[in-house]
Amino acid sequence: MSWLAEVDWASVLIQGTLIGGLYALFAIGLSLAFGIMRLVNIAHGDLIVLCAYLAMIVVNATGMHPLLSIAVVVPLMFVLGYLLQRGLLNFTLGPSILPPLLVTFGISVIIQNLLLEVFGADTRRLNAGAMETASIALPGDVTVGIFPLVIFAVALVSLGALQYLLYRTRLGRAFRATSDDADTAELMGIDNRHLYSLAMGIALAFTALAAVLFSIRTSFDPAAGPINLIFAFEAVIIGGLGSLWGTLLGGVILGVSQSLGGSVVGPSVSMLIGTQVSAQWQILTGHIVFIIILIVKPDGLFPRIRD
Amino acid sequence: MSTAPAFTTRFDVERSTQLSRVSAVIACLGLAVLISLPWWGETGTMRLIAEMAYFLALAQLWNLLAGYAGLVSVGQQVYVGIGGYVLFATSDWYGVHPLLAILISGVAAAVISLPMALIVFRLRGAYFAVGTWVVAEIFNLFVAQVPQLGGGSGYSLTPEIVRSVAADRAGREMLMYWMALAISIAVIAFVYMLLRSRHGLALTAIRDSEAASESLGVDTYRTKLMIYVVTALCTGLLGGFIFLQKLRISPEAAFSINDWTVVVIFMVVIGGIGTMEGPIIGLLIYFAMREMLADYGSWYLILLGIVAVAVMLTAREGIWGLIGKRFDLHLFPVRRRLIQRPDSDGKPG
Amino acid sequence: MSTVENLLKTKALSACYGDFQALFDIEFEIREGETVAVIGSNGAGKSTFLRALAGALDSAPAMVSYQGNPIGHLPAHQVLRLGIALVPEGRKLFPSLSVEENLRIGGDFGRAGPWTLNRVYELFPVLAERRAQAATALSGGQQQMCAIGRALMSNPRLLLCDEISMGLAPVIIRELYERLDTIAAEGTTLVIVEQDIDRALAAADRFYCFQKGRVSLAGTARGFDRQAITAAYFGI
Repeated sequence: MSWLAEVDWASVLIQGTLIGGLYALFAIGLSLAFGIMRLVNIAHGDLIVLCAYLAMIVVNATGMHPLLSIAVVVPLMFVLGYLLQRGLLNFTLGPSILPPLLVTFGISVIIQNLLLEVFGADTRRLNAGAMETASIALPGDVTVGIFPLVIFAVALVSLGALQYLLYRTRLGRAFRATSDDADTAELMGIDNRHLYSLAMGIALAFTALAAVLFSIRTSFDPAAGPINLIFAFEAVIIGGLGSLWGTLLGGVILGVSQSLGGSVVGPSVSMLIGTQVSAQWQILTGHIVFIIILIVKPDGLFPRIRD
Repeated sequence: MSTAPAFTTRFDVERSTQLSRVSAVIACLGLAVLISLPWWGETGTMRLIAEMAYFLALAQLWNLLAGYAGLVSVGQQVYVGIGGYVLFATSDWYGVHPLLAILISGVAAAVISLPMALIVFRLRGAYFAVGTWVVAEIFNLFVAQVPQLGGGSGYSLTPEIVRSVAADRAGREMLMYWMALAISIAVIAFVYMLLRSRHGLALTAIRDSEAASESLGVDTYRTKLMIYVVTALCTGLLGGFIFLQKLRISPEAAFSINDWTVVVIFMVVIGGIGTMEGPIIGLLIYFAMREMLADYGSWYLILLGIVAVAVMLTAREGIWGLIGKRFDLHLFPVRRRLIQRPDSDGKPG
Repeated sequence: MSTVENLLKTKALSACYGDFQALFDIEFEIREGETVAVIGSNGAGKSTFLRALAGALDSAPAMVSYQGNPIGHLPAHQVLRLGIALVPEGRKLFPSLSVEENLRIGGDFGRAGPWTLNRVYELFPVLAERRAQAATALSGGQQQMCAIGRALMSNPRLLLCDEISMGLAPVIIRELYERLDTIAAEGTTLVIVEQDIDRALAAADRFYCFQKGRVSLAGTARGFDRQAITAAYFGI
């Protein structure tokens, strides 16, 4: 396969790594909700898409730069997250996993179809102007887009902020204590219902941040939620449940796998069986790498919390 | 082990109820009416009944999996899709008669489900759910890469294969209708027998407390594995049948989470998870809503979602749970009930 | 408020775990500054009683009154803020928190008062040495010290101690009870749940003996008829 020599490996790896930052951002909200209240939010992907539409509404109404919409969407989603947990999800928590699973599953279907009814099935994308196409040249003929770099930097800063919150603040201490033993945490004066609601608020605030970046980078439609849930889920599992920086590594491994899938695996297979290259190879390769890691290391690369 | 005390009262283990015997008779009569439908009903009605039949079977299977074995899968569409594609591949590539191919669909789904279980069983609880979904997506994307299966846009059965089922359209409609009834009833009867068997007891124990049943010697892993594979077998059979009826298959239709899993989950949850009666109630509610809101796009899904969320929050045992508990009704008695009776000497207990 | 008045009082306190009733009509009172022992065999309802006082079990408002106010309906996190802290059975330290974090979290949502991190370290110097370690790395006795310290950090007026001697060597138990004396000397009111009758009576002013969820005997700790206690304890 001589054509492999023509693959721009450095570029493939860098692009994959940078997109991994976005997946890690997607994963933060999922991971936080699971870590603190053992809640797997099936509607996570649809909430990402909902945030993207909210950003679109804000941008269309005010004409502001898409990145500035973060200032509106993030606090909005914090409040929504708090209310969602306080008014709905808190009532599903208990020994059985069925209620939270099925309620968030129901919410997922509701959000998806509401978006479809309100906005139609057209794909949308936010336009961030010159920033989207700007790039810098690295030594060795590699150019890197400014915007992917920004996304990756935001992911690093977000994970750092979350690390600070969890390990250096009173609230973070309470989160970790509740995660260990919710009953005893109540005895320490912690109001679990309030704390869970704060956790969901924070989870959705990070989700909103991720969603605005996502809506500039990729086009989206009402049905885009599930695949984003799956990406977030794969990043979390690859990295190891409950491990913050493992999540980043999980995102990067997923991103690089997809990048390789699109530029190496897909074309190789297509050449072998003589068909056209399909864009789906990116996602498919990511899934397959995820399954392989699940077989080889079922607890992920940096296991922390055991369920 | 005998639990019967020595005097004054006698205990019997009862496995059916008065109501269940009456309803069994009514069900037989109803079935006779349904079987005769092709001679007096319209094609549209036949199709609707057939659809209801296989959805009921899918719902009972998901209920068995999630409600009894605690395996909350949101990836069961993978076995519908595998069943459908295996039917198309065997009849198209190897000339297998489509009716035989349905059986092969089921077997193929079961065979594939075993290694898949070994992978997804590594994930617990809700993560198991998402894991099954990823596996379904892999199949969906993979099939789309295979041009011999029509790639991403799908393909249709050839006219020769269609004619091999029945010579004319009317004959095919009739045959498909009866087959829908037969396969669905067979699947439901199978689930029922399974729940009444030794395995059913083990399942109920697992549902109530996995740790406790483990300590009583129930091999939960093997029981769950068995249920997963058996469910895949039946789902694959149904998938083969469904796409034989549709005559056309595409990855999007075959591995659709909305069509084969979302609505099925809603039926079970709304009707009452962990009972056999629940899915029937859920089925009726689903079809009633779908028919009534047919002109309003996907609003019926939104409404179903809201109802399902409300049921989960307020009445976890579903609508049947509310009715059945209040009146102590059991149409499908899968339990063993200890009945206390005055003994033959007539002394009260 | 005069010290003669009760700090805490229960009136016909009953509590259930699901369908199982664990407490029946408990009449209990404790004055400010007192140390009261609750003794009884396994399953007598002692831990349930403490959990009900701490708000971890639901009861009717008037069943528990604190400083004259009904608190039976309040959840545990509110009860703590009123000044009632529980050292739970089995210590229940947070495994993913360090020793110091375990102590700090006790104070995070509690009341202001004399107990600070430094005071707790003075009381239990070994905890200061191991402050950065995971709570699970401590020995059993040290874990119990950490659990007591954690409860003290909330500056309780009423400290509930559930079987702090469980599984510990006699020398450690003696040390723990000496510290309880120090705590009581600060004016903290104590309820001590114990299976060891002698240990409990030595530390307490008064005692209640529980049997099958009811108070079977109550009285002053000193000079009580040993046989009567044994009878009330075992229900002979």
